[in-house]
Amino acid sequence: MPESKEREKAQAPARGAVASAVKDPVSRRKFMALTGGSAAAAAFLAACGSDSGTDTTTMSSANGGGSSETAQFGKGDIGILNYALTLEYLETAFYADVVKSGLFKGADLETIRKFGAEEAEHVTALTAAVKQMGGKPAPEPKTEFPLESAKAVLELASTVENLGAAAYLGQAANIKSPDVLASALAIHSVEGRHAAALNTLLGKPITPDGAFAKPADAKTVLKSVEPFIVS
Amino acid sequence: MSHQELAHPELAGVQVDEDSGDLSRSEVILKGALAAGAVYGTFMVGPYVRKAFAMTGSSDVDILNFALTLEYLESSFYDEAKTRAKASGELKSLIGLLAEDEKQHVEALTATIKQLKGKPVAEPKFDFAYSDTAGFLKLAQTFEDTGVSAYNGAGPAIKSKEVLGAAGSIVQVEARHAAAVRLQNKEEPAPDAFDPSLDEAQVLKAVEPFIA
Repeated sequence: MPESKEREKAQAPARGAVASAVKDPVSRRKFMALTGGSAAAAAFLAACGSDSGTDTTTMSSANGGGSSETAQFGKGDIGILNYALTLEYLETAFYADVVKSGLFKGADLETIRKFGAEEAEHVTALTAAVKQMGGKPAPEPKTEFPLESAKAVLELASTVENLGAAAYLGQAANIKSPDVLASALAIHSVEGRHAAALNTLLGKPITPDGAFAKPADAKTVLKSVEPFIVS
Repeated sequence: MSHQELAHPELAGVQVDEDSGDLSRSEVILKGALAAGAVYGTFMVGPYVRKAFAMTGSSDVDILNFALTLEYLESSFYDEAKTRAKASGELKSLIGLLAEDEKQHVEALTATIKQLKGKPVAEPKFDFAYSDTAGFLKLAQTFEDTGVSAYNGAGPAIKSKEVLGAAGSIVQVEARHAAAVRLQNKEEPAPDAFDPSLDEAQVLKAVEPFIA
């Protein structure tokens, strides 16, 4: 796992025996052999219980996807950040359209404005991060959303937020730089909060996957948002 | 938690190892990001980097045990609340769901620690001070928000991709819990665009009063 090696290397100044062991590639291989990466996943799955038949898929897509699935957006972390940026552009545009639609007022409108403003902050942050890494930020896609009724819009918002949270979760383990990871995690949990709040408004379960949220790979996510991208 | 307070002073606390001859790409990026933080107002980078660095001396088992302690606390809190919080209707169902999720987190973390040949920490004895539903909800919000920040703070120090994926899967659920509890409290479900992160010492300090 060269990616994780780089991540650890970047975690200087690391101290202590474990830290120096994992910084040394040879020791690191021993360390991995000792702990058994896939065994850990297996234990985790075992503990997840039997009520969810797709857990195996979950873990493999969380960890086996590889950063190549975002290669169309750039190499490595830049690709992942640009992929996230594209999704955040989409969410921002969606909420802006919803505000303009006039379908909501009062507290619901305030919630939508707030969520939209947070997505816009994600766009700004991700754009700055891509530039700092020497990458070119992904262009803002042209979008179009069906805004027929308040109920339908909330349903779509819930779908988009749950998908967004799953998208970040799907990439977490592919990120190499610890500061990019930290930033992605800080956004990921906010997407989770948005998703749960919208689910609550709709009377849907706040944790539709149960006690362990499921990731989504980039291919699945991009296919799901394709209908909303005009160009 | 506001972005303003995250602005500059923390940057001074970040240490980048400049002695090593080969600066890794991430270190270079880090420096660039910190410089950018000074310009853009830092809501993205500074504090998270600092917290991420704080746990680099910990092994994955250490981090999992740290998480397990928090999950024990939440699990015990909600289990007790089923009767003690005097809840009914929607809140009663929510407490049931929270109790079940946290119990599953305890089981998953325990199993993973064992699989990594570590020793799961023992469950502490807890003492939760509240006397009514409102008091319960206030504590619940603190615990869930703290849980999110604890996992987010520890995440970048996790070495194994599998463990990181598992922690990510749990933290999203904690964030969902936090949002639901906040709605019960008539508070913003997602108060900030970026969830703050806490380091181990800050988290332990926050939960210490509840360990008997």
